[in-house]
Amino acid sequence: MSSKDVPARYMTWRRLWPAGLCLLVAPAAFALGMKDDHANIVSQVFYWFADPRHWQGTDGLVHRIGQHLYYVVVSTVIAAAIALPLGIGLGHWGRGGLLAINVANIGRAIPSFGLIILMFLLVGFGFMPVLVALVALAIPPMLTNSYVGMQAVDPAVRQSAKALGLTGWQQLWQVELPIAIPLVMAGVRTSAVQVMSTATLAAYVGLGGLGRYLIDGLAQQQLVQVVGGAIAVAILAVITELTLAGVQRAVTPGGLKS
Amino acid sequence: MSVVRWDWIGRHLGDIGAQLLQHVELTAFALFFGFLIAFPLALGAIRWPRLYAPSLALTGILFTVPSLALFILLIPFTGLSIATSLIGLTIYTLLILFRNIVEGLRGVPHHVVEASRAMGYSRGRQLFAVELPIALPVIMAGVRIAAITTIGLVTVTALIGQGGLGQLFITGFTLHFTTPLLVGFVLSILLAVTVDLSLVALLWLLTPWQRGRRA
Repeated sequence: MSSKDVPARYMTWRRLWPAGLCLLVAPAAFALGMKDDHANIVSQVFYWFADPRHWQGTDGLVHRIGQHLYYVVVSTVIAAAIALPLGIGLGHWGRGGLLAINVANIGRAIPSFGLIILMFLLVGFGFMPVLVALVALAIPPMLTNSYVGMQAVDPAVRQSAKALGLTGWQQLWQVELPIAIPLVMAGVRTSAVQVMSTATLAAYVGLGGLGRYLIDGLAQQQLVQVVGGAIAVAILAVITELTLAGVQRAVTPGGLKS
Repeated sequence: MSVVRWDWIGRHLGDIGAQLLQHVELTAFALFFGFLIAFPLALGAIRWPRLYAPSLALTGILFTVPSLALFILLIPFTGLSIATSLIGLTIYTLLILFRNIVEGLRGVPHHVVEASRAMGYSRGRQLFAVELPIALPVIMAGVRIAAITTIGLVTVTALIGQGGLGQLFITGFTLHFTTPLLVGFVLSILLAVTVDLSLVALLWLLTPWQRGRRA
C-alpha cells in the first residue's frame, strides 16, 4: 500500500511573502465582499484587539492564550512520549510496522469533536476528556512519521555502521535517528498544529483557551468577538507552525540539509 | 441506564440516515471542488515552477488555520449556510491534494513522457493518457488522506448549523445522552474506513498494470 504522506517541505519565513500579501489584501477583500451592515466589522475587530480590556483578566487574551498553549503542550508532550519511542523502535527493529501504520490510519478517522464530547459524558467536566481526545489526535502523525523515517534509512548506511562495530543502541542513536530526525520532527509539527486547532473545541465542554471566544461568541451572536478569537487562534497556529519548522531545521544534521 | 438505548436508535433511524447522507454529500462535494481547484493549480505549478513555493505556502497557511476559526471567518460572507461549511471543507482539502498531484506528476519518469511525445501525442493526450495514470497512486494517496480528514472535519461544522453526523454529537451533548453520540461516533469512523477502502479498491481497478508488483 502506498499510503505515504509526502513529507512536508519546510515552510520558512522566506517563503511566506505570498501569505504576507494575503494578510494585507484580505481585510480589503473582506470589507468589499461584505454586505453593508457587515462592512464595518473589520474596524470593529480592529478596535476589539486594540481595547486593553480584552487583553487583561481571566477573560483576557493573555490568559486565554496561556490556557490554550497549556492544553497544546501537555497533550503533545504526552502523545510524543507514547508515539515517538514506539515508532522509532518499530522502525529500528522493522517489526510490527504495518500494524502500527494501520492503527494510526484508523486513529486518523476518529472525529476529535465526538471523542471530546464522549469522554465528557463518560468522565465529566475537567481537563481529562479534552486531554484524551488531543492525545489520540496527536499520536498518528508522530507514530507514522517516526516509523517511516527510521524505515527509510538506507540499508547500506546501517550495514556500514554495523561494520564499524557500533552496538545496536549506538546504531540507533548515532546513525539512524539523526538521519530520520527531519521526518520525525515533521510528524511532531503536524501533530502540534492539529492539536492547536482542535484545542479550540475544549471550550465546548466548558474549558478555557481561545475557543471560548468562538463558542461564546457563536452562542451570543457576537460576531466581532467570534472573528477576533478566530483571528487570534489562526495567528497562534501559524506562529507554532513556523517555530516548529525552525526547530526542524535546527535539529536536521548539517549533511542532510539541501 | 445502559450506555446504548437501542429503542432510541430504532425510533430515529430516519434522522440518522439523513445526517449520514448529508455527511457523505458534504465530503463528496468538498473533495470534488477541492480537486477542481487543486488540479489546475498543480498543473500551473509544474508548468511554471516559480508558482510552486507560493502556492504551497498559501495552501499550507489555509490548512494551518484552525477549522472552527475558518468556518467562522466565512460567516460574514455566506452566513450560517451550507456554503460556509462547503467552502471551509474545500479549503482544507487543497494543501493535501495540491501537494500530492504535483509530487505524483513530477514522479513520472522523463523518458516515458518523451516517448509519448515522440509517438505524436498531443499535450493533452500526453497528460491524460500517460502522465496521470502513472501519477495515480500518489494522487490517490492524497485523495485518501483528504477524504479521511474531511470526514472528521464535517462533524465540526455542526457548530455552525450543518455537520452531518456532528449534529448527533450536539444532540448527545445537549441531552447528556450517550446513545446519539456513540451512533454518530461509530458511523463517522465506519464511513471513513469504508471510503478509504473504496478508494484503495478504486485505485486497484484503475491501475491494472500495478497489480502483483506492489511492495
